[in-house]
Amino acid sequence: MIEVELSRSVARWCKGATGVTGAAKLSGGASQETWRFDIVHPDGVIGAILRRSPKGYGAAPTRAAGLAAEAQLMQLAFEAGVPSPRVMHVLTAEDDLGTGFIMQRVEGETIARKILRDDTFAAARPHLARQIGGILAGLHSLPLGKLPELRSRNATQEISEFERDYRSLNWPKPVFELALRWLRDHDPGPSAETTLVHGDFRNGNLIIGPDGVRAVLDWELAHLGDPMEDLGWVCVNSWRFGEIDKPVGGFGTREELFAGYEAAGRKVDSARVKFWEVMGTLRWGIMCGGMMQRFREGPDHSMERAMIGRRASETEIDLLRLLAPRGS
Amino acid sequence: MQDEPTPVELTKSVADFLRNDITPLISGHQAFKLRVAINILDLVTRQLTQEEGSDAKEVERLRALLGVDGSVTELNRILADRIAIGETDLATPGLAEHLWATTMDKLAVDQPNYASYKRELSRGG
Repeated sequence: MIEVELSRSVARWCKGATGVTGAAKLSGGASQETWRFDIVHPDGVIGAILRRSPKGYGAAPTRAAGLAAEAQLMQLAFEAGVPSPRVMHVLTAEDDLGTGFIMQRVEGETIARKILRDDTFAAARPHLARQIGGILAGLHSLPLGKLPELRSRNATQEISEFERDYRSLNWPKPVFELALRWLRDHDPGPSAETTLVHGDFRNGNLIIGPDGVRAVLDWELAHLGDPMEDLGWVCVNSWRFGEIDKPVGGFGTREELFAGYEAAGRKVDSARVKFWEVMGTLRWGIMCGGMMQRFREGPDHSMERAMIGRRASETEIDLLRLLAPRGS
Repeated sequence: MQDEPTPVELTKSVADFLRNDITPLISGHQAFKLRVAINILDLVTRQLTQEEGSDAKEVERLRALLGVDGSVTELNRILADRIAIGETDLATPGLAEHLWATTMDKLAVDQPNYASYKRELSRGG
């Protein structure tokens, strides 16, 4: 029972805590798990989340920053006023829970379709695109000197990496080839400024309440690079969940996003944002191919993974809409 | 020649059984998985119905575009290679039209409810 280890752990660092209850696994692959649980405390129950790699699964995938870096980034973001859960404890060997961290649970919704359609969020929706601009500006302003060690990637390196991923699938797709050519022809080169890049900032990775964005989640793809990458990724059509005329996560316009970003004192380069949107669309398409490969060869022979392989064509139509729009 | 019912009719009968008789009995994560299963069978039905016709048209366009003959897989590989080396691009007459027609045929099977597809369909297919 994980509650035994958790109780022992919280007793060490949460003053007054008498135990934990209600531990439940929210998601988990072979190497990483997310659990929710409540810390029992005389002042009232404290909602908590455990993110961990179980014992024996220390190695992170190559693109991932690692759980220790993730915890450090979330704490830095929290301290800088970027909506983020407070990190309560970074696991140590004594915890006997593997590697990872425990953070405060933030209540709210992450399911994109609910956020886009439920009445609960109706008042927040018109403000989200601009709010997201401000949050990204805050995130890109985190001082480089305080960041954990992260991989660094510019546009040219990213194109090469995606091309290699795509070729390794042995899955000839003329539309993907066209996108790769376009990216090479429009490579903006290294950006004038290198900042922290969240790497997966999109509708679905944000906790949202009736009052707006409450927390930014899923920092595992954080790296150093061109800040415009995050602005392009949040606009990728796959993250609009059907609201295709509202590029920013299905919430609002690019103009609102850019205005929120610039109001917080940072500059937008819209040509770079467009470049990263094309890159992001191709990136998700290649990831769909990766899912297909894992379904075929790997341990995950699930129907869900199989069907994600059939979503690559969604990115092909979106790439054509970006690169070869009809009637223009 | 194989006997009937056809694969389309057989697959459809299983999808209808799961949809109408099993769905009301199941909840939670299993209900989610059941929906995925039904979606898969519906996709297979669409592919069995449409693939032959769309592949034939795709091969015809690819032959005209490339000036060579081959299977749909071989011709796609050749086109992908030519785009990769820059020999064929959006300035090549017929390429944009070919990619649009091919992609629309794929979405018709994969995700006919995808919003971008429905938008493009309403613009004339």
